[in-house]
Amino acid sequence: METGMSPEQRVPVAILGSGNIGSDLMYKLLKQPGHMQLVLLAGIEPESEGLARARSLGVEASSAGIDAVLANPEIKLVFDATSARAHVRHARALREAGRVAVDLTPAARGPYVIPPVNLSDLADQMNINMVTCGGQATVPMVYAVSRVAPVKYAEMVSTVASLSAGPGTRQNIDEFTRTTALALEKIGGAQHGKAIIILNPADPPILMRNTIYILPEGGFDETEMRASIEQMEAEVQQYVPGYRLKNPPVFDFVETPWGKRSIVTILLEVEGAGDYLPKYSGNLDIMTAAARRVGEVLARRLLGVEEVAV
Amino acid sequence: MRNFSGVKAPRITDSSLRDGSHPMRHQFTREQVRSVAQALDAAGVPVIEVTHGDGLAGSSIQYGFSRISEMELIAEAREVCRQARIAALLLPGIGTVHELKEAVANGIQVVRIATQCTEADISAEHFEIAKNLGLEAVGFLMMAHMRPPQVLAEQARLMEAYGADCVYIVDSAGAMLPTDAYASVKALKEALRIQVGFHAHNNLGLAMGNSLAALEAGADQLDGCLRGLGAGAGNAPTELLAAVLEKLGLNPGLDVFKLMDAAEFIIAPIMPYQPFPNRDAISLGYAGVYSTFLLHAQHAGERYQIDPRAILVELGRRKAVAGQEDWILDVALDLARQRDEQADTIGEV
Repeated sequence: METGMSPEQRVPVAILGSGNIGSDLMYKLLKQPGHMQLVLLAGIEPESEGLARARSLGVEASSAGIDAVLANPEIKLVFDATSARAHVRHARALREAGRVAVDLTPAARGPYVIPPVNLSDLADQMNINMVTCGGQATVPMVYAVSRVAPVKYAEMVSTVASLSAGPGTRQNIDEFTRTTALALEKIGGAQHGKAIIILNPADPPILMRNTIYILPEGGFDETEMRASIEQMEAEVQQYVPGYRLKNPPVFDFVETPWGKRSIVTILLEVEGAGDYLPKYSGNLDIMTAAARRVGEVLARRLLGVEEVAV
Repeated sequence: MRNFSGVKAPRITDSSLRDGSHPMRHQFTREQVRSVAQALDAAGVPVIEVTHGDGLAGSSIQYGFSRISEMELIAEAREVCRQARIAALLLPGIGTVHELKEAVANGIQVVRIATQCTEADISAEHFEIAKNLGLEAVGFLMMAHMRPPQVLAEQARLMEAYGADCVYIVDSAGAMLPTDAYASVKALKEALRIQVGFHAHNNLGLAMGNSLAALEAGADQLDGCLRGLGAGAGNAPTELLAAVLEKLGLNPGLDVFKLMDAAEFIIAPIMPYQPFPNRDAISLGYAGVYSTFLLHAQHAGERYQIDPRAILVELGRRKAVAGQEDWILDVALDLARQRDEQADTIGEV
């Protein structure tokens, strides 16, 4: 955790989007600014609750959307929590204006980032995509396995509370499965990736849950594998405190299209920090927490600050 | 039952090659699919559903891998049918529009789009594309016992607005009583302009009774599986539905004897077991959990020496919904740990 930063060591940043994600991210940036100074929250609905909330917290708010961001040359880093369609437009404008974009939509104009896996490789990028909530939760674990043994196949099942699945997810649920599966392969290191998402309407709402089934190639040392998984749990916990293994990893055998194989099953639970959104929305919390983490590393790069901390 | 005057003969969809995929552990062969589809077609069944038990792209560790790709099985069924149309099941969140298009290329003409009964709004895109592809599109509201008829009607209206040609009340847990089946179908009939269907499971021995109650409430479509071959204690047996409908004067044109023969001589010899409301299957209906949990709970129970009934009841308490097979392992681990902790405590005393 960063301490003792004076304002001149902070990069001015903005949030695009005054909905749930934008608001939760705003609370995180105010609570733990690190090397960032939130100077603007821009939406497009003048009457939106999100803009009013920002103003009440002393954050400048505008309903001029991307134009408000572009009008302020101080802003170097922009978190986009709007929609995929809007981000396609924003990405171009931000790039032309030389601003760095952290994209929380499924637009994927830039490379995928999963902080503990590839953030350090992407610090020069002008546009970085946050994948999906399920990707942020499960790709680190697939990577934790694939750094010990090659992974033939990784399958994730995400269950989220109905109340925490917003209209974006609902209107394009195929996008979730496609993007997450791709990230399991490209970032997690699996030869084949598969993703499933389930919405659970239980009341009181359930915490976000993820199950990951991984088929490693060949033999591996269970102790080493368990250690790699637990180490990854700790790494993610540095920026998502409510991220935890619900039960220890399970080692077993299973019949597959590639014959009988050893399988590692990882059961995860993600409890939100409750910054703005309720604690059961671990799926939203992990997105905003990971985005904040990405922003912090990019802000340090812009400042030329080298030390490695959270 | 009371009064079937004024009731129309329902359209029957046979799901032996989809819901039956669960007890078959998704191991259907090409030859089995061809012979079953051919027999159903010859008996006048108008719609035959062929897909992995959990719908398109259901082949997975979570649900079990298919022995033969569902796309190949759809093509095989399509090839042998002269009058019947082939349907596929699609659960948004598992399957995508990509697999839907592939299934169309392999010959489906009907898609049944299934969501948890509170989550119809995740299916808008799938209905829209299904209609653009020229498919008949049927909505499935799964785990319908978890919500009252009015909520089901609201969700059904969403599917109707997205373009559904029919919406089914799906008793995935086999937990409904005939009064529930009647009330939920009735609520949909009153709320919708399109057709209404009912899909039963026999976990409480009520698959036939609930199907008849749904019919009495005005259901236009009913599902069956030969010999009841389906998840949990199975579904309403297609041959039995045909015989009963004929006695009611409501046979929609099915050949009762041919269906009886298909059940006896084609399905029965390939079934790994006869689905039946035994101890574990009754537990599904009693606890109100997804029928497909049956074999997975038995497997986890064996692995961790836990009573499958205890696992199923706990899943019901946690309000697990359709497709949450991964919670079975989690519950088994929790119950095993509780048992071991208790044993330790007793040891200390």
